[in-house]
Amino acid sequence: MARTPADLVGAQPGPPFEITFDGRSVTARPGQTVAAALWGAGIMAWRTTRDGGRPRGVFCGIGQCFDCLATVNGRPNRRACLVPARPGDAIVTQEGHGHDHLAV
Amino acid sequence: MTTSPSELSDPSDPYDLAVVGAGPAGLAGAVAAAERGLRVVLLEAAAHTGGQYYRHPAPAARAARPEALHHGWPVYADLSRRLAGSGVRHCPGHHVWSVTKDAPDGPWSAHCLTGDDGCDERPVRVRARALLLATGAYERQLPFPGWTLPGVVGAGGAQAMLKSGLVLPGRRIVVAGSGPLLLAVASSLATAGAHVPAVIEAAGYLGYARHPRALVTNPWKAAEALVHGTALLRHRVRMVTRSAVTEVHGTGRVEAVTVARLDRDWRPVQGSGRRIACDVLAVGHGLVPQIELATALGCATRRTADGTAALVLDGLQETSVRGLWAAGETGGAGGVQLALAEGELAGISVAVRVRGKRGEGRRIRELRRRRDRLRAFADAMSAVHAPGPGWQRWLTDDTDVCRCEEVTAARIREAADELGARDVRTVKLLTRAGMGWCQGRMCGTAVACLAARGGTPEPPAERRPFAVPVPLSALTALGEPDDDVPR
Repeated sequence: MARTPADLVGAQPGPPFEITFDGRSVTARPGQTVAAALWGAGIMAWRTTRDGGRPRGVFCGIGQCFDCLATVNGRPNRRACLVPARPGDAIVTQEGHGHDHLAV
Repeated sequence: MTTSPSELSDPSDPYDLAVVGAGPAGLAGAVAAAERGLRVVLLEAAAHTGGQYYRHPAPAARAARPEALHHGWPVYADLSRRLAGSGVRHCPGHHVWSVTKDAPDGPWSAHCLTGDDGCDERPVRVRARALLLATGAYERQLPFPGWTLPGVVGAGGAQAMLKSGLVLPGRRIVVAGSGPLLLAVASSLATAGAHVPAVIEAAGYLGYARHPRALVTNPWKAAEALVHGTALLRHRVRMVTRSAVTEVHGTGRVEAVTVARLDRDWRPVQGSGRRIACDVLAVGHGLVPQIELATALGCATRRTADGTAALVLDGLQETSVRGLWAAGETGGAGGVQLALAEGELAGISVAVRVRGKRGEGRRIRELRRRRDRLRAFADAMSAVHAPGPGWQRWLTDDTDVCRCEEVTAARIREAADELGARDVRTVKLLTRAGMGWCQGRMCGTAVACLAARGGTPEPPAERRPFAVPVPLSALTALGEPDDDVPR
């Protein structure tokens, strides 16, 4: 019996590729979102809340809850569950609203 | 067909029909209308058709057997094939944030953001004489201590990530909440290799026995339940009814959950709590119709048996606003068969209105009969899984109810008990609950219950002038004339 989801559906994607999460290398498979690639690496949180600074990751999984916001290639507030992973993507934990660089 | 209808028309004409959402209802509606000669545009937020039910891996995953995670895949394969040959203009990555009308008899304008998550620079406007909303539903959540911990995910969310990303959130997954979706989720997670120690269902499935007619007239539903039930047995997943996860434990991420027995009103029974070790909790309490595009236009809503707001629809799927149709979960969550029937019915109905199509009476009668039968089942089902008022007992003062704005149960109770807030809107103004990114989608049900202070809560009105977050640049682009989708 198939023991991984990829086996179950007979997925035979092209070669996996690398993205980074907070500077460390993470392997993504073609066709995965940023969130799926992070889950695949056992990473469940990539944002801290504005108020309590608490960790968050995917909750609703379909783009409705905005809990999975991440900074992708320098741009904050991207929904990781919707954005496809692309080779070389730099994912960074989003702290608070993600716009600290605008602070004066 | 040698020439698609869209090639015969003046490009400045509005479409006959814009369908919002490419799930089962939207696909069925778009195909039905296009096959009757209408010029149809299909606006879909995702990169592929299928919606949540037929969600599947991106082409790059090259899945040889996508049907392994699905029930009824041939229906989707057939609809996809017909869509490709129908001349429908399919616009993936289109997030409709508002629908407007410039003149009473003029066409609708659907305003869209574009891109994977609506972050591309190019907003577009699509004009159409009729509009079919097939925007589906999102999962209803009830808060409990620890529900914001990483590793607590929506049950539907876990399934969505599995179906498209081919990933599991962990190794040992407890599935909890209420509603038939839990069985489907547990069955797919277990089949894909997760260990699912238990499904914790707050209702008692015996409740279905109170609706014998709805059950015997819907054998497809029984067959589906049997498929999931068999999978659960094979994977030794324990089904625990009349119980709930009342607390999640762990620092940094989920380590265990406490499961307590519930009384008839969903009050946790004192002393009944016991721990189950797990690294993930997948949780959900049924579905909330996604209807804000319609409520913004003044469409009438009704309260469903499980306390959500759904669109009021006539016998041919038209809302209370002329020219605006809806199908599928927007009229109350009812599953894929209902969505397919309603979508087709709506598509035919639009063809009759817009193009004066004749000779459809027999098919319309057939679809209406099917819809009424499935709708009766959906009503019976949602009555069984309606949350009891006692769930509020498992909240602690410091439980975050609003995840976005981090508003605790204590602050919402203070707004209700001491400041006189009796509805979701007033609580929002006093506490910011529901004011964050998700616009109250995750906390709306809970806030409504707390504000009702033990009475019957009014379902949140699902009013959001912006259906998705809209950058200012998209608003400034509204006046520009050349923003229509090219055809």
